[in-house]
Amino acid sequence: MNRYWKYAKPYLPAFIIGPIMMIIEVIGEVVMPLLLSKVIDHGINGGRGIPYIVTMGVTMVITALCMMAGGVGGAYFAVKASSGFANDLRKDLFKKIQTFSFTNIDRYSTGSLITRLTNDITQVQNMIQMLMRLALRAPGMLIGALIMAFILNLKLALVILCVIPLLTLAVYYILKTAFPRFRLMQKKLDALNAVTQENLVNIRVVKSFVREDFEEEKFSRANQDLKESTVSAMRVVIFTMPVVTLAMNVTTLAVVWFGGKQVIVGGMTAGVLTAFINYVGQILISLMMVSMVILNGSRALASYKRIDEVMNTEIDLTDEQAVKKEATVKDGKIEFRHVYFKYYKNNEKWVLEDINLVISPGETVGIIGPTGSGKSSLVQLIPRLYDADRGQVLVDDVDVKDYSLVHLRNGVGIVLQKNVLFSGSIMENLKWGDEDADEEAVRQAAQYAQAHGFVSSFTEGYDTELGQGGVNLSGGQKQRLCIARTLLKKPKILILDDSTSAVDTATEARIRESFKNELSGTTKIIIAQRISSVIDADKIIVMDDGKIVGIGSHTELMQTCRMYTEIYYSQMDKEVTAS
Amino acid sequence: MSTISDKRKEELLQRYGSKSASHSKEGGGLKTSHIRMRPGGFGGPRGPHGGMGGSKPKNMGVTMNRLLAYIGRDKVKIFIVFGCVLVSTLSNLGGSYLLRPIINNLVSQRTIAEKAGNLLTGILIMAGIYATGVICTYLQQRIMIGVSQNALVRIRKELFSKIQRLPVKYHDKHTHGDVMSRFTNDLESVGEMLNNTLPQVFSGVLHLAGTVILMFVTHWVLALVIMVTIPLMVWAGGMIGKQSRKYYKDQQQALGAVNGYIEEMVAGQKVIKVFCHEKTVTEEFEILSDDLRQKQIKAQFFGGIMGPVMGNLSQVSYALSATVGGILCLISDFDIGGLTIFTNYSRQFSRPISELSMQMNTIFSALAGAERVFEVMDETPETPDPADALTVCSEANRVEGARLIKGEVTLKDVTFGYSPDKVVLKNINIKAEPGQKIAFVGSTGAGKTTITNLINRFYDIDKGQILIDGIDIKRIRKDSLRSNIAMVLQDTHLFSGTVRENIRYGRLDATDEEVVTAAKIACAHAFIERLPEGYDTVLEGDGANLSQGERQLLNIARAAVSKAPILILDEATSSVDTRTEKYIERGMDQLMTNRTTFVIAHRLSTVRNADRIIVLEQGEIVEQGTHEELLAMKGRYYQLYTGAVELD
Repeated sequence: MNRYWKYAKPYLPAFIIGPIMMIIEVIGEVVMPLLLSKVIDHGINGGRGIPYIVTMGVTMVITALCMMAGGVGGAYFAVKASSGFANDLRKDLFKKIQTFSFTNIDRYSTGSLITRLTNDITQVQNMIQMLMRLALRAPGMLIGALIMAFILNLKLALVILCVIPLLTLAVYYILKTAFPRFRLMQKKLDALNAVTQENLVNIRVVKSFVREDFEEEKFSRANQDLKESTVSAMRVVIFTMPVVTLAMNVTTLAVVWFGGKQVIVGGMTAGVLTAFINYVGQILISLMMVSMVILNGSRALASYKRIDEVMNTEIDLTDEQAVKKEATVKDGKIEFRHVYFKYYKNNEKWVLEDINLVISPGETVGIIGPTGSGKSSLVQLIPRLYDADRGQVLVDDVDVKDYSLVHLRNGVGIVLQKNVLFSGSIMENLKWGDEDADEEAVRQAAQYAQAHGFVSSFTEGYDTELGQGGVNLSGGQKQRLCIARTLLKKPKILILDDSTSAVDTATEARIRESFKNELSGTTKIIIAQRISSVIDADKIIVMDDGKIVGIGSHTELMQTCRMYTEIYYSQMDKEVTAS
Repeated sequence: MSTISDKRKEELLQRYGSKSASHSKEGGGLKTSHIRMRPGGFGGPRGPHGGMGGSKPKNMGVTMNRLLAYIGRDKVKIFIVFGCVLVSTLSNLGGSYLLRPIINNLVSQRTIAEKAGNLLTGILIMAGIYATGVICTYLQQRIMIGVSQNALVRIRKELFSKIQRLPVKYHDKHTHGDVMSRFTNDLESVGEMLNNTLPQVFSGVLHLAGTVILMFVTHWVLALVIMVTIPLMVWAGGMIGKQSRKYYKDQQQALGAVNGYIEEMVAGQKVIKVFCHEKTVTEEFEILSDDLRQKQIKAQFFGGIMGPVMGNLSQVSYALSATVGGILCLISDFDIGGLTIFTNYSRQFSRPISELSMQMNTIFSALAGAERVFEVMDETPETPDPADALTVCSEANRVEGARLIKGEVTLKDVTFGYSPDKVVLKNINIKAEPGQKIAFVGSTGAGKTTITNLINRFYDIDKGQILIDGIDIKRIRKDSLRSNIAMVLQDTHLFSGTVRENIRYGRLDATDEEVVTAAKIACAHAFIERLPEGYDTVLEGDGANLSQGERQLLNIARAAVSKAPILILDEATSSVDTRTEKYIERGMDQLMTNRTTFVIAHRLSTVRNADRIIVLEQGEIVEQGTHEELLAMKGRYYQLYTGAVELD
């Protein structure tokens, strides 16, 4: 609970004043029937006459206006406090997610994180608001009305006292049954979302295999499930209203019976009875409010738990232990010493096994190997997107864990296999590499990546908006923009993870050419499928099944590495020799 | 503190839809990243709250009627529900009215015995009335749940069904997040309305009417006096309601903006880390989040004061009725019992009014949501097949009453553009004999994938004809056409489910052995066996636990299991290493036997043994021939092959 205190603290005044204002409303509510009873008993029956009645009337109007002020004020502060709390929490939650390592991110699905940042926070916010408005009001009303009732007539008050525990028990039982059903309902909702989302993402596959009916059946099941779980939950909840109403009615009847008898024998005035009946109503309404709060509270509790889960996530990749935080990457030397790695710690099989490797500054290194051999995994250890499980990864003879993450990642540029660009203009996207770059620098980076050509052909050039309704970019164009973006960073180490798979051979050759000429000081690591992409590298690393099975130049490997020659021959046409 | 310029702030708010400038019909606010490659593209899932809109519905009456039609199928139940509402409201009012004679009895001049007797009778009657009321309340709610949920099931089903029939063009233009939002946010408020609002509105109106009537019955002069407060209440309710509607719309937009931003950034989280962009992104988020808070405060404040204001206005009328009523008791023959219940009524009076005003908000947002749902439902579906459309089948997958085709594909003078001003294909003429392998090569954006989009009618051509065995594809039923074309697309799309189920998607009635055979053809069998549960391994959404290459192999297996006579491979092995591809080659050859195959690839090793290679540039065919012929021509193909020329 302490963790969340800091979100409440700035709004403490609001948190306090709000409920206090609600109390004003409560006091008024309790007082009003009392005033009425005075009108009846003193004004009418007591013979104090019209002036007295009018005075009481004016008092009541003033009370009513005070109550309004209280209620409005209460609402205002409730909104202010709850929205402030929720906003700060939301921002911090987002910030927390930004600190997640790749492994942390992998654990939560995108959809789940989005839900936690939006819906779950909203639930908590609504809960706080409701609490503020009712937390004092409901119990306040309850206690106030009870006190009044006791003051007015002790015996009758005891009647009420009998009903309350029974009612509480009934409501408690209802809630207990409802909570697990609500949880189930949420799950079914998630399932429906998942089916829908998948269907939308895969719509082309659905259409080309003509699976519309199949998909509809899938959906239908999720649809029905959701309905059934909702109905099941609601069926329990709807007992609340009748139960409370029943209690209210029974109590009213009992009060009228016992109280009526007392009035008949003269032990109580009619006015008191009237007021009493009003208080009964109030007490039961306040009980109902409490049960509403608890009901909604259980939903908010589930949300709170989900938020807490994220906030409590241990970040498993930080630079807190780093001892050389000021160091930057200067030369671009890379070394792997007995590195072992796997993504899922429970798996038996290593994704990378006993990797030993030295890459000198400025070298161009190619990595090649069958699908799933660990190429991407290997390079992702260099900028510490993941950490090795055993062994060491060193950059410039310093363990990567000893750099500050910012310096390390500024020095190591990696173009990931999956190309992601963001809403905004092309220029904005490219500037992710360097916020302060001027247009010339951006253009130059684009040129090296062979992207400048097509960007210039767009009517708006670099100001072209990317995103829905924007320009349709082909796969190859996307890839080239991603390369340009990384180039702009001017990293000492540049890693391309299969970043030209959608680019044709000729263009790719030009990219390699510009790398050779313009980025001679940069250590370049290129993962590729085509031999032609790596044939000119200073060193080629051949991987298979998580191990390095060959290192050397093209000529060396042709003589020593069987895997390499297989790959080579699978690509080269023996009749045409590359020039 | 923040390093973000004001200009940037404005841009952010506008781009994600917090400012309504860019709210177009096509689901405005959310601008997803992930540039849409012409085939496919994708957006992220959406949270349950935060749709676009929440705007004031344009044509309430029409939408309302349409919505009610969904409940309308349960007419009998609705009648019962309303009957119950009527009875419970009456019993509520009646029970409270009974208090009058009861109390009067108590203060009357009768004997004690008489009084006691009457008291008992009165209580028994009240008990009966209350019991009826409680039972009816329960019944009404119980039935209503079923009715509203049934309606929701129907709407969801129709919406989903409709989405399946929409042309690919619609899906390319709208983000998934936006469409999903209609299933979740928009339908959530609709469900809320159907379940609670309708009976409550009815009950509220009844209650109101009943209370007023009873007030008049109790003492019409006094009632008239109280009626004075009504205009005041209505005015206040209207004012507050209007403000809250306005700010509520703003809030929803801001919520949508926050949602959109989160979606984009969470989905692109890895890129953010790679560029150390965390701080910038956090600051930008704070702007959107703060903006949301501002709008929330306004919206929720007005929403929140409705209750206190209306409730306490009724306290004023309570005061008024106590005063005037009290005076009347003194100067006229108004009884105390009457005073008691009258004051109660005057206090209860405003409850229905404030409840109704609050319901108005629910109604508005539900109608707006319903409108967005209907908007999708009203979209033009894919052109329906003409009445005399044919079904076709091949030797391998015979179908009753279908015309036998061999798989000859002809493109005649085909011209096409995704938008009218940008023509992507010009005068394409191709003829593929049954069983031939035709390859397309060319620089990115030359139109290769577009051709495949046209053959299976994801898009329809403007000029020219596409014929299968001489039949214009527009004359063939779409589902029949597509079930005779197996496609392996550039983007790998897998479903959550087992590996086996994913492969079986290619042909639902494939046996387990056929699935394994297909996997072997695609060289996927080996890695599948190495998975924790082999073929029964469950794939996480979109096959996250496999590498890109492995996913492509599964895609190929899926096509392998189908028996379609026409096969389209669009960059089917771009992420598969060439060595594995070589191994697949024999399998691929098997895949392509007796099938007319169209292959698109950048890797020339893939296309080398095609029967004909077609070189496309800027949407036109510049060269065609076999690999050897093209090399001899020393033209474009030669340049591409030897990597001598740059392309853009």
